[in-house]
Amino acid sequence: MSAASIPAATLHGLIAEYDTPEQVLHAAEAARKAGYTKMDTYTPHPIEGLDDALDLKPTRLGFAVLAIGLIGAATGFGMQWYAGAEFYPLNIGGRPMNPWPNYIVITFEVTVLLSAFTAGLLMLARNGLPRLYHPVFNAPGFERATRDGYYLCVEAVDPRFDPAATHTFLEGTDPVRVEEVAR
Amino acid sequence: MAVTSGVPRTGVETSRVIGRGQTSGGIDDVVNTPVLVGPQRTPTWWWIGISITGALLGLYLISIVRLVTVGVGIFGNNQPVSWAMPIINFVWWIGIGHAGTLISAALLLFRQPWRTSINRFAEAMTIFAVVVAGLYPILHLGRPWVFFWLLPYPNTHGLWPNFRSPLDWDLFAISTYASVSVLFWFIGLIPDLATLRDRATSRFQKLVYGVLALGWNGSGKAWQRYNRAYLLLAALSFPLVLSVHSTIAMDFAVSQVPGWNNTVMPPYFVAGAVFAGFAMVLILAVPLRKAFGLEKLITLRHLDNAAKLMLATGMIVVYGYGVELFYAWYSGVEFEVFMAYNRVLGADHGWAFWLLIACNLVAIQPLWFRSVRQNPLALFVISVLVSIGMWLERYVIIVVSLTKEFLPSSWGNYVPTFWDWALYAGTFGVFGTLFLIFIRLLPSIATTEMKELAHHDAHHGSDPYETIREAYYRGEVPA
Repeated sequence: MSAASIPAATLHGLIAEYDTPEQVLHAAEAARKAGYTKMDTYTPHPIEGLDDALDLKPTRLGFAVLAIGLIGAATGFGMQWYAGAEFYPLNIGGRPMNPWPNYIVITFEVTVLLSAFTAGLLMLARNGLPRLYHPVFNAPGFERATRDGYYLCVEAVDPRFDPAATHTFLEGTDPVRVEEVAR
Repeated sequence: MAVTSGVPRTGVETSRVIGRGQTSGGIDDVVNTPVLVGPQRTPTWWWIGISITGALLGLYLISIVRLVTVGVGIFGNNQPVSWAMPIINFVWWIGIGHAGTLISAALLLFRQPWRTSINRFAEAMTIFAVVVAGLYPILHLGRPWVFFWLLPYPNTHGLWPNFRSPLDWDLFAISTYASVSVLFWFIGLIPDLATLRDRATSRFQKLVYGVLALGWNGSGKAWQRYNRAYLLLAALSFPLVLSVHSTIAMDFAVSQVPGWNNTVMPPYFVAGAVFAGFAMVLILAVPLRKAFGLEKLITLRHLDNAAKLMLATGMIVVYGYGVELFYAWYSGVEFEVFMAYNRVLGADHGWAFWLLIACNLVAIQPLWFRSVRQNPLALFVISVLVSIGMWLERYVIIVVSLTKEFLPSSWGNYVPTFWDWALYAGTFGVFGTLFLIFIRLLPSIATTEMKELAHHDAHHGSDPYETIREAYYRGEVPA
């Protein structure tokens, strides 16, 4: 253990590396029970139960997508209604000026277009992406996080964080190793 | 073959969703190594393939130059057959694309774990097929450079497009489909790009894959949002794909041409699209799994399931043919009745209908047998026949209906010209070149999802009835 190798001012946190998803799940649960709040896991694939273990609030992405989708539907229909019934009404064989069934397809397509891009791009934005630099990439051997390594990082901003005590705590969760991460 | 040469092939085939004993690292290596090797280690078959598709791509570009300089007169289209090869090929290509979206979206929503290893390259297939398809109506316009007149944009003419026309619905449907497919594909690729970034050895690869991965680090909160976004995209893509081909069907169904004006068109077109799409998935999957040694990831189970879907949608399509003939008789409209007679027994084009029945009805019947469904070579041959059959289906619907409509004085014939065939052959060049570049530079299997599946399989098994099923496959009576 090398508690003082990185000065506290530039310490992002302590990261523990595990070999299996179960280990990181248990470690995250133990850390939450120990009172840590500013922590995150880094894993090659999503793990069931991690949301509860990390005490993550459910994402509200769905509501944003619904709202934008409704705006898309109104825009799509409104555009066609305005063009066909208000701006330049066309009398085609005496049919109604506002033939709403004809407008359903484009209304649907505009709805899907706006909602899909909201889902995709808002997810990226809320995750802070694109952001090519992140302190956690400083962790030694972090390349395993996209292969078969499972990581739990307790951040230095956590009120209960203490370089020595947190290190001991993480060592107790059966990791491969515990390392300091520079900011 | 260079990538896998020397690897023993015996005993690699399995009918599980994923071969036994797959590890995260193992999946990484088998999928990503061929992607990351340097240009000098590109397999020979890849160079041969890209030479052929590159030549066809050249033919495509030459055909477009010819089309733009001379005009649509180079095609065989004329009255009464003003929609011909360009629209047949457009519908054919976009139909092929639909299987990719269904695999990635519908099978995700239905929680089918077998989708995982085939979804990535099937999505790529979708995008490239839509690229090819989307160019066709634009090239067919006569003045392709003013295609944007179809879009609602502020213009000095003070005009709007005609939103009541299915042709404008088509524009919205296809452009939405293309953009959402690319988004869905890219979002799915992000964790895999991050994997490539971390496996990359050269500075250049690290830079390119690193920038494309957008800095993905796999944090718990990021995965939570990612999973939700992916699910939402799947839920939006599923109805989207149904709407796209229904809209294309309405291009026909809304008109009055005998043989087109038919309410069965949208569902029957969607089934046909899935049918042709699964055929193309198999045409691509069978060589792909051999070339990259992916038999333990794209297993016989995948081929079997794709074949079952092909059989099911194929039978729906054949039912559609029956319904069309029934409608013609039941409507009592003499033009419809004549259309049906001309389609089935007409001297000019009857051959097309019977060849279509041979490809789409007769050729798929062996798929009732498991031994055929698990035989890659047989599936490849049947899939090629299905692709030909689905092309003929659009030929029969479009050309045969238009040659003899209402007035015998307006009847005519249609013969495709050299440039019709040249542009069509060229589309294989566009599709093939894009696909070969894709499998060389990006992982053709979603490694992230496969790792999750491998972990799940190792701990819980992929199939609760596996022992019973395997005993059954061996011909033993299950205990």
